[in-house]
Amino acid sequence: MIKFSDEQLKQVQELVARYPEGKQKSALIPLLHMAQDTRGGWLSAETMDEVASLLQLEPIEVYEVATFYSMFNLQPVGKHVFEVCQTGPCMLNGSDRIIAHIKKRLGIGVSETTPDGLFTLKTVECLGACGYAPMMQYGITYREHLTEEKVDAIIEECKRDNHG
Amino acid sequence: MAKKLLLEKAHVEGIRYFDVYRREGGYASVEKALKMEPAAIVEEVKKSGLRGRGGAGFPSGMKWSFLAKPEGVPRYLVCNADESEPGTFKDRYLMEFIPHLLIEGLIVSSFALGSNRTYIYIRGEYAWIVAILEQAIAEAKQNGFLGKNILGTGFDCEIYVQRGAGAYICGEETALIESLEGKRGNPRIKPPFPAVKGLWDCPTVVNNVETLAAVVPIINMGGEEYAKIGVGRSTGTKLISACGNINKPGVYEIDMTISVEEFIYSDEYCGGIPNGKRLKACIPGGSSVPILPANLLLTTAKGETRYMNYESLADGGFTTGSMMGSGGFIVLDEDQCVVKHTLTLARFYRHESCGQCSPCREGTGWMEKILMKLENGKGEMSDIDLLWDIQRKIEGNTICPLGDAAAWPVAAAIRHFRDEFEWHVNNPEVCTTQNYGLAHYADPIHVPA
Ligand SMILES: Cc1cc2nc3c(=O)[nH]c(=O)nc-3n(C[C@H](O)[C@H](O)[C@H](O)COP(=O)(O)O)c2cc1C
Ligand code: SF4
Ligand code: FES
Repeated sequence: MIKFSDEQLKQVQELVARYPEGKQKSALIPLLHMAQDTRGGWLSAETMDEVASLLQLEPIEVYEVATFYSMFNLQPVGKHVFEVCQTGPCMLNGSDRIIAHIKKRLGIGVSETTPDGLFTLKTVECLGACGYAPMMQYGITYREHLTEEKVDAIIEECKRDNHG
Repeated sequence: MAKKLLLEKAHVEGIRYFDVYRREGGYASVEKALKMEPAAIVEEVKKSGLRGRGGAGFPSGMKWSFLAKPEGVPRYLVCNADESEPGTFKDRYLMEFIPHLLIEGLIVSSFALGSNRTYIYIRGEYAWIVAILEQAIAEAKQNGFLGKNILGTGFDCEIYVQRGAGAYICGEETALIESLEGKRGNPRIKPPFPAVKGLWDCPTVVNNVETLAAVVPIINMGGEEYAKIGVGRSTGTKLISACGNINKPGVYEIDMTISVEEFIYSDEYCGGIPNGKRLKACIPGGSSVPILPANLLLTTAKGETRYMNYESLADGGFTTGSMMGSGGFIVLDEDQCVVKHTLTLARFYRHESCGQCSPCREGTGWMEKILMKLENGKGEMSDIDLLWDIQRKIEGNTICPLGDAAAWPVAAAIRHFRDEFEWHVNNPEVCTTQNYGLAHYADPIHVPA
């Protein structure tokens, strides 16, 4: 079983100190982010159980939260996850075209991962970048004003990153 | 140029950093406010006429005065930075470019309300802004504006940034509180209101980012002066995030006396519609508010000019008007399909429903399915009436206003664009590849008859 590092455990303590005595449950969502970010981009049942024990919660309290929020992945995802916004304002600026292009380039459908485990394509709802549409979230950054050419460049960037 | 109170300094080089912000006059409102009585600060905010910038437009000073103050119980201020209403990206802009303005407003507001632990709840996807805010908080603390005994006044305050994890519903204040307590974002039944029983069952005020930032100019200039800007009950300035089919999408700070026409067509703001296209429709205040066809957007049903303020945008009620909402201004040109656009919004609300109330959970799913059917040329005339019926049965029958927010866009689309829905039914082959176009919706001012 993978354990949190000492450095991470220190961060957990700092997190818990942000809330009044006995309210450590508030650290749950930040802690799930930390776990997901450092463990391949998804939360396994094992990871969630470990988070539960760290915060002295019942495992079910962690599962019910992890399943509610769309940013938490409960299945493995590719190394690079493209989350393309498809809501109204992005649609008005051609998000359909961008999604179709990514599907074609990567040969996968929405919510699928390429066989080599490199890319996952997801569609998401408005990310607060409507004026810079079409857009997608990639890692912690937003990629905005997308065109087919920009998407190609991002895919190349990911592939290089993988070899380097 | 309209007067700017929030974004005036947003593009000064280095304004993200404390030293530059301070040199430009930053944190003066904290120095002033901490010498005042907390109740006097609340009084200034009341006098300013400031209305909540998160969407509902409730008078902020009044909201603050409702905060219960039981002996020995902590009170909390929570800043709502969840910003997830489609079309809205103004809070992000403010936090990204001039983070210290929010921190300054939070310190003054925390002092006024007696909050020693203040939280900024920010949508999980704005991860990079968390770092910007935490940097600003750390700088404010190093300089004695946060932490223990601020400026020697005996007032202690810490500000913490809490990241959400992808859920529009967590923008609703009671769902936000649940989420901040580490739970699913299920809205609570009101009453009790957060002002009495909020975070960890303590009295709590939840305010939008822009609302709290506006406290800075209010304290600096005084509530009365602030109230002189704008018109009627629409005082001060308002951030509008403009998107869709316009030449200059972005965030604009307006004083609420300009007309909708000026906002869309002048180069100072949206800069008109690209490629010489004509205006078809607009959702002026975020995805939840009614869409208006161009003719009702630029002028009211009485034929008067429509202005960018709370009262004027709402003129005509839901029959012929709309709302200021969150200030998310979405423009559709003549090539856009209202059925398709409404479908994306219905999908959004289905995705974001927390599922507690049957009318919202089931109704949003049904609306999406029926709109999908219509958009794909498989609809029948009776589907339009069914859609109308479903939205009516959601509205007013749910725990939180997300139900209404899902119903209104569908209702307004049918109310004003029924012929476009019927055209989809009558032209099942054509409607998947072509658009209905403008019909009688076209902007009457810029299109010769
Ligand atoms: C479904 C839903 C989503 C909301 N999202 C937000 C939001 O993202 N940001 C916000 O400030 N208010 C949002 N609100 C409004 C809040 O419930 C609350 O009224 C607001 O934060 C109060 O702040 P204000 O008075 O400063 O506007 C939302 C309300 C609902 C019903
Ligand atoms: S109206 Fe919808 S989002 Fe609001 S509480 Fe009910 S089910 Fe949840
Ligand atoms: S609609 Fe795509 S970011 Fe808002």
